[in-house]
Amino acid sequence: MKRLLKGGRLVDPANGRDGMFDVLIDDGRIARVGRDLPADGAAVVDIPSGYIVCPGLIDMHVHLREPGQEHKETVATGTAAAVAGGFTAVACMPNTTPVNDNAGVTEYMLKKAADANLARVYPIGAVSRGQKGEQLADIAELKRAGCVAITDDGRPVATALLMRRALEYASMFDMPVIEHCEEQTLKGDGVAHEGFQASSLGLRGIPSEAESIMALRDISLSSLTGGAVHIAHMSARQTLAAVRFGKSTGARVTCEVTPHHFVLTDAMLAAPIPYDTNAKMNPPLRETADRDAMLAGLADGSIDVIATDHAPHAADEKQVEFDHAPFGITGLETAVSLCFDRLVHTGVVSLPRLVELLSMNPARIINVAGGSLAEGAPADVTILAPDLTVTVVASRMKSKSKNTPFDGWNLRGGVAATIVGGRIVYINSETALQA
Amino acid sequence: MKKDLLGIADLTPDDIYRVLETADAMREIGQRPIKKVPTLRGKTVVNLFYEPSTRTRTSFEIAEKRLSADTLNVAVAASSVLKGESLVDTAMNLEAMSPDMIVLRHASSGACHLLSRICKSRIINAGDGMHEHPTQALLDAFTIKDHKKEIAGLKIAIVGDLLHSRVLRSNALLLTKLGAELWVCGPPTLVPPGIECLGVRVTTSVDEAVRDADVIMMLRIQQERMQGAFFPSLREYFNVFGMTAERVRLAKRDVIIMHPGPMNRGVEIASDVADGPYSVILEQVANGVAVRMAVLYLLAGGVEDEAAA
Repeated sequence: MKRLLKGGRLVDPANGRDGMFDVLIDDGRIARVGRDLPADGAAVVDIPSGYIVCPGLIDMHVHLREPGQEHKETVATGTAAAVAGGFTAVACMPNTTPVNDNAGVTEYMLKKAADANLARVYPIGAVSRGQKGEQLADIAELKRAGCVAITDDGRPVATALLMRRALEYASMFDMPVIEHCEEQTLKGDGVAHEGFQASSLGLRGIPSEAESIMALRDISLSSLTGGAVHIAHMSARQTLAAVRFGKSTGARVTCEVTPHHFVLTDAMLAAPIPYDTNAKMNPPLRETADRDAMLAGLADGSIDVIATDHAPHAADEKQVEFDHAPFGITGLETAVSLCFDRLVHTGVVSLPRLVELLSMNPARIINVAGGSLAEGAPADVTILAPDLTVTVVASRMKSKSKNTPFDGWNLRGGVAATIVGGRIVYINSETALQA
Repeated sequence: MKKDLLGIADLTPDDIYRVLETADAMREIGQRPIKKVPTLRGKTVVNLFYEPSTRTRTSFEIAEKRLSADTLNVAVAASSVLKGESLVDTAMNLEAMSPDMIVLRHASSGACHLLSRICKSRIINAGDGMHEHPTQALLDAFTIKDHKKEIAGLKIAIVGDLLHSRVLRSNALLLTKLGAELWVCGPPTLVPPGIECLGVRVTTSVDEAVRDADVIMMLRIQQERMQGAFFPSLREYFNVFGMTAERVRLAKRDVIIMHPGPMNRGVEIASDVADGPYSVILEQVANGVAVRMAVLYLLAGGVEDEAAA
């Protein structure tokens, strides 16, 4: 079936396009991009004035929880949340139960994704068997089954030696090693950013250096091995400095930041809800200087990717003492609005730059199709409504879990529709878009 | 005052003075032959303790009984927190039986805030993790006022494990609110990062902290902290930070020595100092009852309102 997206502003930095272009989709692929294309029998989707058409957004850091923790999220609910958040693809972390360290688990995830038939799912395999940090998982097997990267996310790759081997070994498959940077002895049993807020609330601290030390280790090992390392969910300004240093020396290092780390600070531990467990995540919310550093890194190009670290947890798991609550918040359904409200409308980044961060760069880092609306590419398209007034309502989210600190927030900018392989998989009824 | 007493952070100086004045009146009740007034008759107070406590729990219980409240003690072994009912479920079950107040002691900072959000009962914080221990700070202030009349302008030194101490946090908030010059002292490994933002002066020199001090308050060194490698040995700790008679001589001649208990003699404080003429440690314990009576009475403000109506 043919479909013509008519009249929007196309923002496609991978092809150097930013302007009024129509997009013709045929048989799940981009058939033509041009000005004033004729309908020629295609179903016409009129893009309302002011809306943006861009390559489908890719969230390269989500926890879909299946198999093993289906009470928090499933591949079906997670991908429903993804498309509602404008994401046509997600890369899911291997810290499931059992761990995704073998083809069986990878294939199970992909089967569930095919059944759900919403967003594309790119599994990420474990670096080490059982994520135990002892011996490498069967990485060739993971690659063959469909994994796009490896990580021991949830914890760092345990030793410098194992990280070295992982970088060397994965490089033959063009797979990056995604690293959850955390020097575990420094982190200890910390639950919040080490600083005045944690001190005054009596919460055990996690110093920023727990992150930056590990990032420096891995950047050094990337230089040693030539392997690609991707620093996940960066939170501290010291880590950003480490990444900048690595890039300046030519190391193959890339990094991502989450919306909550460029929007929130550890002040949220104290107010508006003291000890709000939805302000507990790992890495923790840090200080204003760190938040501002993340904004600067997004603006100047040091940061490659915005990823959500979507980490669903059931309500009863979060409604406990702060010490006992699990780390993490959901992110898929708030990311676009937070990016518009805090990055685009404030002038921190341009729209083309935002599309790089949310689509083009993640596609390149994990070596998947997408991130581009070139003719012949899969028709994964996100339509954005930059001026849409969005009120975040956790209870209405598609994700199975509602653990978001943004409940009730009013933001400017949202998602109008999500198209995967030419199929409209999500349409926001609160926008002017009709199809 | 607010519905709950979660911490000194929520109190204004006026609130604090009101507690101290009320405690003064309550103290007299403890000196009567029949130490009981009907003020809280018909009120139910639950003492919900998730951490072992002798002093604080006993003090609350005596205070409640002197005010004629119906009290019950629920002591929960720490291990059952992990394998059994959640704190929220326990609180909801207690709440279903309509107590008027819950006095909570818990190992996790913020546990009282969690209960405060879900309970109609008034919550009194009897110590939450490393966060606050407001009635301890109030009884300390009461004790200081007994001896020094005014708290404003006093030089007060708090020495010991600052990092893990809820007593420190509550006292730092309270004493700075009332205008004291507060010095805190301990090994750098046990100083909470950013603590100077509370308006206290931080030093690692005990001599500097206690010189010309009006009040010296010692904090307990928890032996289990030794595993964290915060300092090399208890012996070395005592040599560097222990309060000895020699160090006390650097303070003002009328200095008072305080300790929230339980004491480790020979670790943070020498026995001759603990039992010496400047020590007011047992007065603190005695005052604890009066101060907790005052807190219970003020929080049960309904009693007053009903009487007035």
